[in-house]
Amino acid sequence: MQSETKSRVDQLTAPSGHPVTVLRFEGDIASTSKDAVLGAFQALPKETTKLVLLDFTGVDYINSSGIALVIQLLIEASNSGQKVSCFGLSAHFNKVFTMVGITKYSGLFPTQAEALAAL
Amino acid sequence: MNELKTTTVEVRLPTRMGYEKVAMSTAASVAKLMGFPDDRVEDLKTAVAEACINAIEHGNRLNEKLSVGVVLRAESDSLEVKVIDDGIGIGKKPAKPDIDRKMHGEEDPRGMGMFLIQALVDEAEWVAGLDGKSSYVRLLIKLDKDAG
Repeated sequence: MQSETKSRVDQLTAPSGHPVTVLRFEGDIASTSKDAVLGAFQALPKETTKLVLLDFTGVDYINSSGIALVIQLLIEASNSGQKVSCFGLSAHFNKVFTMVGITKYSGLFPTQAEALAAL
Repeated sequence: MNELKTTTVEVRLPTRMGYEKVAMSTAASVAKLMGFPDDRVEDLKTAVAEACINAIEHGNRLNEKLSVGVVLRAESDSLEVKVIDDGIGIGKKPAKPDIDRKMHGEEDPRGMGMFLIQALVDEAEWVAGLDGKSSYVRLLIKLDKDAG
């Protein structure tokens, strides 16, 4: 019933010249999305991946279990000295992420360009 | 639906994760017919989805022999949603989630559903069934929330 979560990885360069890894999600983010969210993040080489953007542009539905996966990702990133920002959330999920306090540990940006410019 | 007095819509969901989206879509359709603005419809969708997930996971404990009842009651100025399961209800409400405690491993990253429900609708109450089952959560979202 839930739309399967897909994720893919892009490598970009921020205007500052820093290499940036973008994890692009598509579908629903729920309890069934562990591999697509955490698994995809854990597969990135920690030594060379210091700046990570999470792209939610293709995501329509995120529930509390999905938000918990994002928080687990932020915990792992924090423990590895990686910086994570999010972009492409709908206005509603931007509000929800802010309500649960994710903004204390991750920037939220409307677009990829704005997220890259902040790095 | 402009002259709507009281209209009731009922949905029965299987106890299976993912089917909360059926209730979510139904609630959104009713709310749109009533004239709720898009941002309030989105609030309602998340609250209804979280209430159904709780009913499926905690109330009915993923027992597929049981079902989850969703009753939407549209009044002229509000929409009430009851999500009914065969659990015993909640003992006490969990504390408000604390992102710092979650980030430091002192609190489970999960456990935000009830917080989101309370934060996104105008009224939320959890009622334990008298017979130890048929417990429900009742949500209310008001059409003129910003008018007053």
